[in-house]
Amino acid sequence: MACSIPLPPPGHPRKYPEMGGREGGEGWNRRQKKATPMNASADHNDALFRYLLRLGDTSHILCHRLGEWCGHGPIMEEDIALTNVALDLIGQARLFYQYAGEVEGKGRTEDDLAFLRPERDFNNLLLVEQPNGDYAKTMARQFLFDAWNLLLFRALERSTDARIAEIAAKAVKEITYHRRHSSGWVIRMGDGTEESRTRIVAAFEQLMGFTAEFFHMDDVDRQMAEVGIGPDLESLRDPWMADVEAVLAEATLDWPTATWSVLGGRHEGRHTEHLGYLLAEMQSTQRQFPGLNW
Amino acid sequence: MSPRTPVPRPKPSGAALPDEIFAGFAGAPMQARNAPGPLTEERARAVLATVPDPEIPSVMLPDLGVIRGVEVTGDAVTVRMSPTYTGCPATDLMQMMIREQLTATGFASVTVDLVLSPPWSSDDITAEGRRKMAAAGIAPPAHRATDKRHLTGTLPDVACPHCGSADTVMTSAFGATACKALWRCNACQEPFDYFKCI
Repeated sequence: MACSIPLPPPGHPRKYPEMGGREGGEGWNRRQKKATPMNASADHNDALFRYLLRLGDTSHILCHRLGEWCGHGPIMEEDIALTNVALDLIGQARLFYQYAGEVEGKGRTEDDLAFLRPERDFNNLLLVEQPNGDYAKTMARQFLFDAWNLLLFRALERSTDARIAEIAAKAVKEITYHRRHSSGWVIRMGDGTEESRTRIVAAFEQLMGFTAEFFHMDDVDRQMAEVGIGPDLESLRDPWMADVEAVLAEATLDWPTATWSVLGGRHEGRHTEHLGYLLAEMQSTQRQFPGLNW
Repeated sequence: MSPRTPVPRPKPSGAALPDEIFAGFAGAPMQARNAPGPLTEERARAVLATVPDPEIPSVMLPDLGVIRGVEVTGDAVTVRMSPTYTGCPATDLMQMMIREQLTATGFASVTVDLVLSPPWSSDDITAEGRRKMAAAGIAPPAHRATDKRHLTGTLPDVACPHCGSADTVMTSAFGATACKALWRCNACQEPFDYFKCI
């Protein structure tokens, strides 16, 4: 898709490693290239780096979406709730980005990773980049994600990577709170008025197809699972379905009828049309004034 | 137009903040910082006991349970601190205030390390911290984070910090900061903050 992200001014000292891809060099399309033989440790580091970016990007992009509600919440308490959840998510994203930057070892900071990578380099779940829609859609998206994220982070608490384990142990407390909030709204809207029910049903129909990505493994995920850094994502499917089914039942809702599903964001950086616009807005300041600080 | 009086500019970072900035915080014994004496761990801890939580100024950092360790080697001090929430925006400010207060005490090198493990819990708030919180109109966590009710999502019985009534209700699970929720007392009708149990 067309990209409106401005290029840095000519001769600007700030380095844009990912921009090289446009001239066919080392850059954004590196995933399409066949990996050159590396030693085992470099290969492990590369996989760990990508795994950390997936965790960081997912938290970061959902944080931005929730931040879009700031000042627009349906009631003040919910406005505050969403920005509080967003705050926890940016805290988690920062910890993963900081660690990713260290693992990569090229001197990229958390800000470089957040603000200076183009769309194809983002490895967030497609679900979290979906537009907010109405409050039912925001809460359906949040609940589907929270239920999965809680299981993922409980597994990551036992990661063989001590740094990931301690981030997860911290974040699990926060995510537990998020899940309680979002599941409460799913129940309230499903078992609420005709209007709220119609909206939450429509929201789940629109979003359920994006959840296939929760459980899909690629080489990086398998490599991390083999050494006990991350869980086998497939093993999260049954507990996740049980949790979602229980909440839907309490909300007097049926499992959505939509049967389509889509993959691509978390593994390959192939996104829905929405992420580009989100990044254009989120990164615009750093793109126009590289290195700007306050 | 009347001639403008020059506005004092903030000193460049690294310089100590004037005492007046902290003078408004209740209970901060400033003499701990200014008294002459050797640079010991005890001294550093006494200084930390005057650094308030920026969002609950009557509660000092050790009361909040975020100080994990203090090490003094010569005129260098290392403070280990654990953030309450991963995204808590007060974390940076706390680090800055610790650095400033210890530098003003005479330490030549001040390092503040953030530690995540074991994660901070509301159980780490001291009895003194809970007392100061309640005095500031914030209900302290009603039970321990390991309480089973926490797992099932059952709401705790929170006593109103204003009138002490147990007839209270949660109005919002999230509050003005990441660490608080909004509650209301049915007896005295006053809203109040509740420090989340986590």
